[in-house]
Amino acid sequence: MGRKLDPTKKEKRGPGRKARKQKGAETELARFLLAVSDENSKRLSSRARKRAAKRRLGSAEAPKTNKSPEAKPLPGKLPKGIFAGAVQTAGKKGSQSLFNAAQGKKRPAPSSDEEEEEEDSEEDDVVNHGDLWGSEDDADMVDDYGADSNSEDEEEGEELLPIERAAQKQKVREAAAGVQWSEEETEDEEEVTPESGPSKEEEADGGLQINVDEEPFVLPPAGEMEQDILAPDLQRVHKRIQDIVGILRDFGAQREEGRSRSEYLNRLKKDLATYYSYGDFLLGKLMDLFPLSELVEFLEANEVPRPITLRTNTLKTRRRDLAQALINRGVNLDPLGKWSKTGLVVYDSSVPIGATPEYLAGHYMLQGASSMLPIMALAPQEHERILDMCCAPGGKTSYMAQLMKNTGVILANDANAERLKSVVGNLHRLGVTNTVISHYDGRQFPKVVGGFDRVLLDAPCSGTGVISKDPAVKTNKDEKDILRCAHLQKELLLSAIDSVNATSKTGGYLVYCTCSIMVEENEWVVDYALKKRNVRLVPTGLDFGQEGFTRFRERRFHPSLRNARRFYPHTHNMDGFFIAKFKKFSNSIPQSQTGNSETATPTNVDLPQVIPKSENSSQPAKKAKGAAKTKQQLQKQQRPKKASFQKPNGTSKGADSELSTIPSVRKIQASSRFQDSSQPAGKAEGIRESKVTGKLKQRSPKLQSSKKVAFLKQNAPPKGTDTETPAVLSPSKTQATLKPKDHHHPLGRAKGVEKQQLPEQPFKKAAFQKQNDTPKGPQPPTVSPISSSRPPPAKRKKSQSRGNGQLLLS
Amino acid sequence: MRPLTEEETRVMFEKIAKYIGENLQLLVDRPDGTYCFRLHNDRVYYMSEKIMKLAANISGDKLVSLGTCFGKFTKTHKFRLHVTALDYLAPYAKYKVWIKPGAEQSFLYGNHVLKSGLGRITENTSQYQGVVVYSMADIPLGFGVAAKSTQDCRKVDPMAIVVFHQADVGEYVRHEETLT
Repeated sequence: MGRKLDPTKKEKRGPGRKARKQKGAETELARFLLAVSDENSKRLSSRARKRAAKRRLGSAEAPKTNKSPEAKPLPGKLPKGIFAGAVQTAGKKGSQSLFNAAQGKKRPAPSSDEEEEEEDSEEDDVVNHGDLWGSEDDADMVDDYGADSNSEDEEEGEELLPIERAAQKQKVREAAAGVQWSEEETEDEEEVTPESGPSKEEEADGGLQINVDEEPFVLPPAGEMEQDILAPDLQRVHKRIQDIVGILRDFGAQREEGRSRSEYLNRLKKDLATYYSYGDFLLGKLMDLFPLSELVEFLEANEVPRPITLRTNTLKTRRRDLAQALINRGVNLDPLGKWSKTGLVVYDSSVPIGATPEYLAGHYMLQGASSMLPIMALAPQEHERILDMCCAPGGKTSYMAQLMKNTGVILANDANAERLKSVVGNLHRLGVTNTVISHYDGRQFPKVVGGFDRVLLDAPCSGTGVISKDPAVKTNKDEKDILRCAHLQKELLLSAIDSVNATSKTGGYLVYCTCSIMVEENEWVVDYALKKRNVRLVPTGLDFGQEGFTRFRERRFHPSLRNARRFYPHTHNMDGFFIAKFKKFSNSIPQSQTGNSETATPTNVDLPQVIPKSENSSQPAKKAKGAAKTKQQLQKQQRPKKASFQKPNGTSKGADSELSTIPSVRKIQASSRFQDSSQPAGKAEGIRESKVTGKLKQRSPKLQSSKKVAFLKQNAPPKGTDTETPAVLSPSKTQATLKPKDHHHPLGRAKGVEKQQLPEQPFKKAAFQKQNDTPKGPQPPTVSPISSSRPPPAKRKKSQSRGNGQLLLS
Repeated sequence: MRPLTEEETRVMFEKIAKYIGENLQLLVDRPDGTYCFRLHNDRVYYMSEKIMKLAANISGDKLVSLGTCFGKFTKTHKFRLHVTALDYLAPYAKYKVWIKPGAEQSFLYGNHVLKSGLGRITENTSQYQGVVVYSMADIPLGFGVAAKSTQDCRKVDPMAIVVFHQADVGEYVRHEETLT
């Protein structure tokens, strides 16, 4: 049969007849040029043959002496080029061009060297040549080279072939600088050839450069958009998505003239919706939430399911025993991560992971990684009373029970009777004995039963974080759904907060979590709760995850929302999640006014007039400005408080419940400021709030409340005379409250003025901040209309200093 | 939710005693607190007093489950033990049966245990004695009634039933709806 021209066929090697016939023989034998001169003699001319013979004789002595001087000047040129070519040809795709280019370089370089050394360099070249051949299996390249070398031989005559020269030099160089070859390689990449340069750059830069060579992306005209809807070609759409993202990344440089950014964005939105099958509303929300590069990653991540994870039930087994048992059954698994002591991630399994005897015996629970986080944040302790408001299917409840070691009591509640069955099943299977399961609407707590140490609210949500589990969410969610969810979540969260017992010895915490990434369901709801109840956000204890947003588009949230955590499928490889941990510091509920924001704005107008009048402004008064919402509450609480405030340094022995409203008032003020005024004044207030709140965290509720009482007092002083003393008192009281936590009766601090001075500092600072800001713009709007007679906030500075003076005197 | 009457208590204790005998006392007098049985919707629940106090606040129609469900009273006032009681039966069981790995799956599907699947059996098990079924790795799989005494088990042919199935952990997956 005739020889088939098959490039993939391996060339025959060896001394056989067939090997000699194939091109491959030449390649192989060329390696041993010096050793086997027979084959070479066919290719070489007579002169070359003589030279080869000479070489064999003299190569032992000459190279060393000649090469060493050569090696130094040459490194930048030929040998490097060849060497680089040799290295690169072995590895790179575009090696052919490089190799040829290297050959091209080689020839001019040797020609310059030819004057310097003759025979030796030729030897070098030949040897190097052979090395190159040896390293290069591509028949074509060898072929070219052979032809060239032949022609070269005839041309150069007595001189060494360039390859021989290069080989010599390379030998020297290799011996001398074996270590540096990697560095040289990188240098070579730049120097080697001008021809190979642009091609290499293209490869190195990847996709971006490719676009440069091709036609620039042109935004299709508006008419084309409709065409696509009818018959979308996904390949085209995908390509267009990538192009538009690339352009938008560097819009200034790559934009098409006359096309606005919004046109590109619209096009991108439509393409993404087509390609990933999203509804327009949800995609718009996602585009608001993520920068473009992340958006594509997020959408991609939603197409792929997250890895299966399970949680060891420590009530019945240990993680390593369980892992061993499952591995014996044929499950491929690994510990979940450093952050989890009970989690395992399953890569693949030969048995159904939800039906193994270990599963049925209750040794583990299939649970998403992100669902383990809220319990780690809540950190339930033994012998506590815990409420789980939306417990189905029971994974989080059982985790809490295992952390509590079946002590204490958990009330597991859910509004959905069908899903409650799975709760019962799971809890019994896992051996949880300290749970009561009920079927209430979560909003009915705490009327049914309250006073829990900790509460977990895993609120029903739109499910935009678990799109990979339920792709229907892509299209069936719209504005109304999100708002309805948000409304329900707000109600549930308020009920949950009311069910927590703030005076619990070990608790007083609430964790709110959703499996959604929408700001309307997460930060907005949390912010709402901060305004409406006496709670504050505390760190979750999770050291990874993205911080919650403190502002989003036109909304501004409380700065403590940075303590909340967000998780995304594309960054953390777990379901989208949001976790916020609250600490309740008072059991009383601040009474909210109806139409707070409406009343706030008119008081805005009042305030500038009021400010110049009164002389008795104090810091609390300033704070009281923001307490428009809690006006009624303040009024209620003033009367009992008043008596205590009459004494200059009297102890305020208000009940905890009353006192504890103060921080909420302040919070409300702060947050209302954020809501209503995006002015620097509000921000300064917030900064101060957070500063002060940070201090307050460590204090007992009483301390905080005493400060609040001072503020309350300031809000609506009934008598003119009283305003003086309260103005004086409240700073002292507030300062007193800032003292270290070992003072449980802060207001009895007649002495310790120095101490009082110190806590004053932040207030003063903040006060000054505030006052610096206030002259600029209109006053923050939240001033109660009743307080027209009360000392205006602007005078806080004076009163504070006066207050300080008074304290010093006393 | 109400405490059990005398009659109901007697019936239930008789049933449980079939599996754990006099160890039943350990269920009632526990060193770590007072535990009690309560009846709710014809089901008997076992829980500590703390839980009972909290559950007292919840109205009857909204209460789904408390503590551990041991079983239920049928319409004819017989007591039927559920698999959910296994966690309390297993540590106190007097008569145990171990089944081979190959027969585990069959038992978990609700089938009786054949002689071919029998691994070990406690000595002097009498016929129709309540037994708890374990896997060879000592994981409790369920409970049943011995069809043959230990002596008879040795003699009988491989296809004969040695343990009648009554409850197994596979019911958590198979009969999720009937658990409550």
